[in-house]
Amino acid sequence: MSYARRALAVAWKDLAVERRSKETLNALVFFSLLLLFVFQFTLGGDRERLAAVLPGVLWLGFVLSALLALGRTFLVEREHDCWEGLLLAPGDKSAIYLGKLVGNLALMLVVEALVLGLFVVFFDVDLGRAMPGLLVVVPFGTLGLAAVGTLFAAMTANVRARELLFPVLLLPVQVPVLLATVKATEGLLLGEPLGAVAHWVKLLVAADAIYVVVSLLTFDVVLEG
Amino acid sequence: MAVVKTLGWLTAIGLLVGLVMGFGVAPREVTQGNVQRIMYVHVPLILASYVAFGVLAVASVIYLIRRDPAADRVAHASGEVGVIFVGLGIATGSIWGKPTWGTWWTWDARLTSVAILFVMYLGYLLLRGTIDDPERAARYCAVLGIVAALDIPLVHFSVYWWRTLHQPPSLMKPGGFTGSSSILWPLLINLLAFILLYAYFVARRVRLLRAEAEAAA
Repeated sequence: MSYARRALAVAWKDLAVERRSKETLNALVFFSLLLLFVFQFTLGGDRERLAAVLPGVLWLGFVLSALLALGRTFLVEREHDCWEGLLLAPGDKSAIYLGKLVGNLALMLVVEALVLGLFVVFFDVDLGRAMPGLLVVVPFGTLGLAAVGTLFAAMTANVRARELLFPVLLLPVQVPVLLATVKATEGLLLGEPLGAVAHWVKLLVAADAIYVVVSLLTFDVVLEG
Repeated sequence: MAVVKTLGWLTAIGLLVGLVMGFGVAPREVTQGNVQRIMYVHVPLILASYVAFGVLAVASVIYLIRRDPAADRVAHASGEVGVIFVGLGIATGSIWGKPTWGTWWTWDARLTSVAILFVMYLGYLLLRGTIDDPERAARYCAVLGIVAALDIPLVHFSVYWWRTLHQPPSLMKPGGFTGSSSILWPLLINLLAFILLYAYFVARRVRLLRAEAEAAA
């Protein structure tokens, strides 16, 4: 099997398992809904204040769901004792990373689309003009999160205190992605064109490229033994 | 052994000369007064921590290529010393900031990026602490060390665009240092002394780590 086909096989397997069990997806959507309630309770009903913090709140929601979703990346294999099976896959191990990354990205984008929809409903936001820009910023931001998240998930899968360590490692590294996505989303929600936040998008693209390349190069090392 | 001892003495002399220069030779700053002398500790601490994280990144790459436990020990020791230095750098900066800026902390660009650096490498030490198998700890930490090093420029740019009260860099900026040499020399000597101190700590820590590894084997 070619490299791309092996990567797709892993992605397909994860998505098929998820589509049938909806284990992670259901919990994540429910969790995101709860987050919206918590945001509303903690921020109060003041429209003005809410509008000012909305981009941050939106990405906080995405990041918290991402922490839950990405941290579980390799738990399916562990819980069902398929870890060795995964390791025995022939050829370059980075194909496994790529497959897992594609699976995670797809899952996260579905969750984010749902959260965005709920946001519009609960906070009465008009996304109309910002939508084309968001369609660029959200996927690139999510790719950055998922790229490092998938790598760190493989690292923390075999470690004590996994659910504590994963966010502690991921969050500091993701500061550039967080700043870029929040600032870009802020600009877009204020009605600015995508060109006005182009420097943030460029930073995201650079971050994504660096994260994916480093992860592909080092994933083999993480999976050894 | 003799090398480490010599390094220790050089460090002690360097720090002593640095102290004398900082308090004796360097002039009293006109607007800030004697408080400004904390710079002779603050700046060298931060710059030496950059050296530490640089060494950590290089040692991590070397470990992944050659799988030499010695490289991992250098990375491990550099991480510990770097985190302490950057932590002390933040603390001294805070002490300096209160009388001059009127606040212990502000979310200025450079303060923020140093704070992120601090938590990033704190996470690195945390990861080391949670893995029992030394070989696996070395592999995972090397990967994290490389990711963290490549993340530093991204953090720098993003935070800079996000917010830019800190005085611009005075030592390493285009056009070189423009201040008086009565300030430059005490600063450079302290910088050298702190880099020596870093090297001395790493040398001692590496020896300890090797002894621990031998005792466990």
